[in-house]
This record gives sequence, C-alpha cells and structure tokens, in this order.
Amino acid sequence: MIKTDILIIGAGPTGLFAVFEAGLLQLKCHLIDALPQPGGQCAEIYPKKPIYDIPGFPEVLAGELVDNLMEQIKPFQPGFTLGERAETIEKLEDGSFLVTTNKGTKHQAPIVAIAGGLGSFEPRKPLMKNLSDYEDNGVAYMIKEPEIYRGKKVLIAGGGDSALDWSIFLTEVADEVTLVHRRNEFRGALDSVEKVQELKNQGKIHLITPAEVVTLHGEGKLEKVTVRKTDSDEEVDVVVDNFIPLFGLSPKLGPIADWGLEIEKNAIKVNNALDYQTNIPGIYAIGDVNTYPGKLKLILCGFHEATLMCQSAYQRIHPDKKYVMKYTTVGGVIGFDGSKKEAPKAVVKAID
Amino acid sequence: MSPQGDFRGVTQLTMSDIKIKITDREGLLHEVDAPTDMNMNLMEVVRSYELAPEGTIGICGGMAMCASCQCYIKSNHTLPEKSDDEEAMLSEAFFVEENSRLGCQIHMTPELDGLEVELAPEEA
Repeated sequence: MIKTDILIIGAGPTGLFAVFEAGLLQLKCHLIDALPQPGGQCAEIYPKKPIYDIPGFPEVLAGELVDNLMEQIKPFQPGFTLGERAETIEKLEDGSFLVTTNKGTKHQAPIVAIAGGLGSFEPRKPLMKNLSDYEDNGVAYMIKEPEIYRGKKVLIAGGGDSALDWSIFLTEVADEVTLVHRRNEFRGALDSVEKVQELKNQGKIHLITPAEVVTLHGEGKLEKVTVRKTDSDEEVDVVVDNFIPLFGLSPKLGPIADWGLEIEKNAIKVNNALDYQTNIPGIYAIGDVNTYPGKLKLILCGFHEATLMCQSAYQRIHPDKKYVMKYTTVGGVIGFDGSKKEAPKAVVKAID
Repeated sequence: MSPQGDFRGVTQLTMSDIKIKITDREGLLHEVDAPTDMNMNLMEVVRSYELAPEGTIGICGGMAMCASCQCYIKSNHTLPEKSDDEEAMLSEAFFVEENSRLGCQIHMTPELDGLEVELAPEEA
C-alpha cells in the first residue's frame, strides 16, 4: 500500500507542478500515470513542439518543460506509479481514498487530485470485424515482452516511430518480420527509416507498402492475415503468428468516468469559484480534465488550478492549523530531501 | 447567434465572414458563418458552434497529430495542398476517403465561401 498526502492522477505538467505547490506546504505527493514516463501529452505526443505561452518562457520545447518541472519538484521527492491506469476509487471509513490501478497497485491518501488531461492513452485499434476475437491469441496493440515473439512470424502495421523501432528490434528475436504501412513514406526518426531500409535490403524485414491488413484468419488463434496493396487492390495472404497494429495512442477518459463525478463535455465539473473541488469532497480535478464556465485548456491555467487546489487540500488535511501563503523569495524552498534553497543574505558591512 | 468555445480568440460576425455548410456526425446539416480574419481553421469553427461534443474533436489542439477533426470535402473548392504532417496522419487514420482532410489544417479564407463538408465518424 502506497500512502501519501495528495494522490495525483496524471503526471502531465499540471500534476507535476502540483507536487511543487504541495511541497511548499509540506504535503507529500504520489503520481499515477498510464504512460511509462512522466510528462503526459507533452512527453508522449509533442515533446519537440515549442510552446510560446508559458509565462517567463518566450519559447520552450514541451519535452524541456517536463524536464524543468521534474527538476523543480525533485526536492519534494514525489513517488510515481507509471505504466498503470487508475481503475477504481473507494472511500475508506477514516474518510481517505483508496485508488487501485489496473495492475492492482493500491494507493491511499486523504486527497485525490485528478490531473488526467484528456484521459489515459489507449492504443488505437484498427477497424476490423473479428479483431477482438484474436486479442491475446496473436493480436496485441503494444509490445510488453519482446521475448514472446522469439521464433515467431510477426507482422507489424503502422508508419510511425514505434512501428519502425519494433520492426528493427524484432529482426533479432522473431523468425520473420513483415512491416505493412498504408504509404511508402514513414514518419519516424531518419536513422530508424534508414535502418529499416537496410534490413529490407538484407531480406530481414519483409516490407509491404502501400498496403493494409484487411482480414484475419485462424481457428482459435491467428494463423494468417490478408494484406491488400492499396495501389493495385491485389491481395496477398501472409502466414503469421502475431499481428501487432501500432497506430499510436488516443486518449480516453476511461474508468474515471465511472467514479461518480459530475461529467460535462467529456470533462469533470469543478467549483472554480473556490478550489477546483469536484462534487465529491476531497477529490479535486485540475488542468485539462476539468471544466467550468470560461475554462481554457492551457498549461498555464493548470498551474494556477494546481496551486489553489493545494491550499484547499492543506486546509482539509489540517483543519485546525493556521496558515498563510508564503512567497518562495521569503521562505525559500525546503526539500523533503534536506535540501534548502533560499535567497542569498545581503551582506551588511560598514564602509570606513 | 453567438458562437462560443474555448479556443483562444473571440469570434464576431463581420463583413469578412464566409458561409460554410457542415454536416455533423448525426447527419444534421448546419449552415454557419465563419470569420476569415481570426486565424481560424475549420476544426475551430466546428468547435465554436459546438457541432461535435467537446473532447471528441480537435483533441490534439490542431497540430495534425490526431484525426479527430477528419472531414470529407463535398464541394469543388480548391484547397491548399496537404502538408507532410497531414498526409502522414491521414495515412494512419480510420474511415479515410479520397476527399478526407483534417479540419485543423484548413484555414478560413474568402475563397472557401460556400464550402461544404461532412464530419467523419468518431474513432471508437
């Protein structure tokens, strides 16, 4: 059981910054994110895109912003449960919440802050009639354990980095690797594209483009797929053990939608006049995942919401303590790791 | 009519408006005014009139990195060429037809007056 003061669901920029504001109030945070790395959309979708509206940063790459936030919150030693999706929430007798992930990891905290952005990122599944029949019987949407493909005939579909990189990787493991893409052009890192070209020339990757997988065949498990060349409409059957469509990720609000929270426009309604709390006391929603009149889905607004949420959380956790907000220029930053940052003292020295 | 939405900027009806016909995902036809002087794209016009529920269109914010604003061009307007990004995204999207475009890549210009489009189905 992981115990913390504020359990943050979503490790995007808003969730990360909440750790800092909580830390100033001596509150500890733990973050859950379905993606394997912190940063949310900024890290997963557009790490190389410049952002121009972060106050104080005329231009910052999304990936750099995440790196900076991670550096900023380091003294507050946040815990992370990554690669797992928050699945269920339960209110315990003492008023705290128990959040369990899809992998069964349990977290307990008096405050839950949902900073889930657009939701958790789920693989995009191609539209094929009997696709679901073969899930876990030859069809997978992500590669978790490459070893299971040892000696297998694998067909990957897709044209992005993950399709390219896994095709390259699996040539070392699988018996046969086929890569199918709807275009001749791939959008991926140049060296990955060149590596696939080289492996194709060596006969290690069987490349079929422009083409798409149209039908799956097999009794009980996948045995064969039909691939249609889109330029000639010619169809070919490829004997395979595994079909791995890698068409990127798309966000889904997911299980959070069933937590009894008031939902409007695919977002969680909060009290923006006060503290961004949801209809369930103790559960807050901050950043892109929430909605209120005049809501703007901007990172800078998420930072503000995270800050007010932490003040309210503090009062919920310590109802009897007196507290006033302190500027970091005055109080400095005192980390849980013993580190201390503060303004250098002005030198007082007489001039003779 | 007062278009609303949480895009950045303010929409006003002005002389530089053009008329656009948009068929939503339920098959309903909407004839709307779109400003050409607000640096808006078709996806943002759809959102400003709330012709598709929030969270189901323009998910990536207009970076051609998702296909939630895919639409079919029904009229014979000459549109700007697809960028590499748009081409690549459409090559991975679902329900793609010959006349598919990403709404976020179609900027509102006076030449597009009378444009007719249909929103592509939402990806499951």
